[in-house]
Amino acid sequence: MAEAALNSPGKPGPQPVEKNTLRGVPTTQTAPPSLLFTSRHEIGDPIFKLVVLVCALSILGLLGLIVYELMFRSALSWHAFGFRFFAGSEWDPVGEHFGALPFIYGTLVSSLLALLIAVPLAIGVAVFTTEMCPGRLRGPLSFFTELLAAIPSVIYGLWAVFVLVPILRSYLQPFLAKTLGWTGLFEGPPYGIGMLAAGIILAIMIIPIISSITREVLAVVPQHQREGVLALGATRWEMIRMGVLRNARAGIMGGIILGLGRALGETMAVTMVIGNRPEIAKSLFAPGYTMASVLANEFSEATGDTYLSALVEIGLALFLVTIVVNALAQFLVWTVTRGEPARGHV
Amino acid sequence: MQPIGWRRRIIDHFMTGLAVLTVILVLAPLVAIFGYLVYRGIGSINWAFLTQTPKPVGEAGGGMANAIVGSGLILAIASLIGVPFGVGAGIYLAEFGRNRFGDSIRFTADVLNGVPSIVIGIVAYSIVVLQQRHFSALAGSVALAIMMVPTITRTTEEMLLLVPQALREAAYGLGIPRWRTALSITLRTATSGVITGIMLAFARVAGETAPLLFTTLGNQFWNLRVDQPTAALPLQIYTYGLSPYDDWHRQAWAGAFVLIILIVTAVAAVRFAVRHGTFGSA
Repeated sequence: MAEAALNSPGKPGPQPVEKNTLRGVPTTQTAPPSLLFTSRHEIGDPIFKLVVLVCALSILGLLGLIVYELMFRSALSWHAFGFRFFAGSEWDPVGEHFGALPFIYGTLVSSLLALLIAVPLAIGVAVFTTEMCPGRLRGPLSFFTELLAAIPSVIYGLWAVFVLVPILRSYLQPFLAKTLGWTGLFEGPPYGIGMLAAGIILAIMIIPIISSITREVLAVVPQHQREGVLALGATRWEMIRMGVLRNARAGIMGGIILGLGRALGETMAVTMVIGNRPEIAKSLFAPGYTMASVLANEFSEATGDTYLSALVEIGLALFLVTIVVNALAQFLVWTVTRGEPARGHV
Repeated sequence: MQPIGWRRRIIDHFMTGLAVLTVILVLAPLVAIFGYLVYRGIGSINWAFLTQTPKPVGEAGGGMANAIVGSGLILAIASLIGVPFGVGAGIYLAEFGRNRFGDSIRFTADVLNGVPSIVIGIVAYSIVVLQQRHFSALAGSVALAIMMVPTITRTTEEMLLLVPQALREAAYGLGIPRWRTALSITLRTATSGVITGIMLAFARVAGETAPLLFTTLGNQFWNLRVDQPTAALPLQIYTYGLSPYDDWHRQAWAGAFVLIILIVTAVAAVRFAVRHGTFGSA
């Protein structure tokens, strides 16, 4: 697809020429059929261009609308708390004290945990499918990883509640507490539900995104790079490390950041397993809360203008963070694949 | 030529093994999720589930018929709003957008694609729910439509750019105006690709729950009015999945199964229709 997009000439080629002849040549010299088309052409084209332009502008408008609504609705909370909102760790809707720190902490920790698990796995799968696997396995393998991306978030959550959490509770958490308990990261009663469960389910959800972008980026690395390194006597792994991965760094980074963006904003699956308690705990077994989860749980029940406004401000913060993260990711992927959209979605 | 040393050879084999291991580790949860979904789904689904509305709390039986229909209603309205804008913007980018302005729209669309769905829900809440003063199916549709537009725009553009330039030139050579060419020649040729893009966007929003939480809200009864709170399948799965009742858990799995089946058949059916049907060849 990249080639096709590149090969098609920039502007639709014949257009200016056609316009000039129809407009520039006096009507008396044009043949009757053209004259017939000319009149329709003059009205139809500007209208058509205007209609599709409005559609295109609607995209810019949507972004503007999102920014405006979020800022407008969160103004109350912003005036009341200022920057303290992001530093305070008290969340007390009754007393109208709002601090978003526990949610920011929960969002960051669960997402970073997810990246920690997902990145090596996703890159491993991408490397295997592009560089190692026999040709007939390649199609089904990428199809299956992409299938993971088509499952709705709420179904991941359901699976996590009924399968993942019990496994964590009875096997993985006792094991981690015994072997790595001294680090302080794996302490406390093994509820199953908590930060660790959220990190794992997020990792499963973002692996397809990171792995499909990595695959795309690896495919762009020129074949002669591989052949060159092999010709110098490298083993296959050395070829992958020096000839492929090193060349694709920027794009892989873009994929990882795009995965991070998705993890930060993921709502349903996390809400179902993270435990929903606004506390900052060192142990990964402890329940936590994320920015997206608090919106999911409390937004429709928020009473009072300050409460609602505080929730919208959390939404605004989440929006700004994901915008920055995604813009960075798009930029990195664009520099490698030249204008193809990064396929983070489905 | 120097033979490859045993150390490098072992590292090479080790890394190959590691890559295979990652594939297994990634495929395992996929198989587990699908397997468990099908196992619980088939065991839980029955006629009552597909034809009845929910029973009161704690009472066994009942179904999610109203949620299935509600989801269909919400998605239909969302598509009616989102598809024209998305396709229009895609046409603009493909036909007029090879410049900086086009690039800025492309970039905005890609960034918009990454906005968390719950944030879109807040926006739909403030522009529809707060204006109407109550929750409604329409508000949910608006949220889903906002999510569909950027995806459809990008795939439509990509598909239109695949249409050979010579086809456009031939049309212009016949004196056909540009708008006619774009609609009846270019778009028509790319129809199957564009529809596939629309279906991907549809499949993506069909399972969305977060933006519906405080827009359509959910409903235990039948409702076909767009200005009233409406049940939706993903919402119902969420509520039932977190409830303490075994029978509701069973229904949540049945709902999840139906949702996956709906998403997969919607995509498959349209692909089949495009390939064999009346849409013309591409």
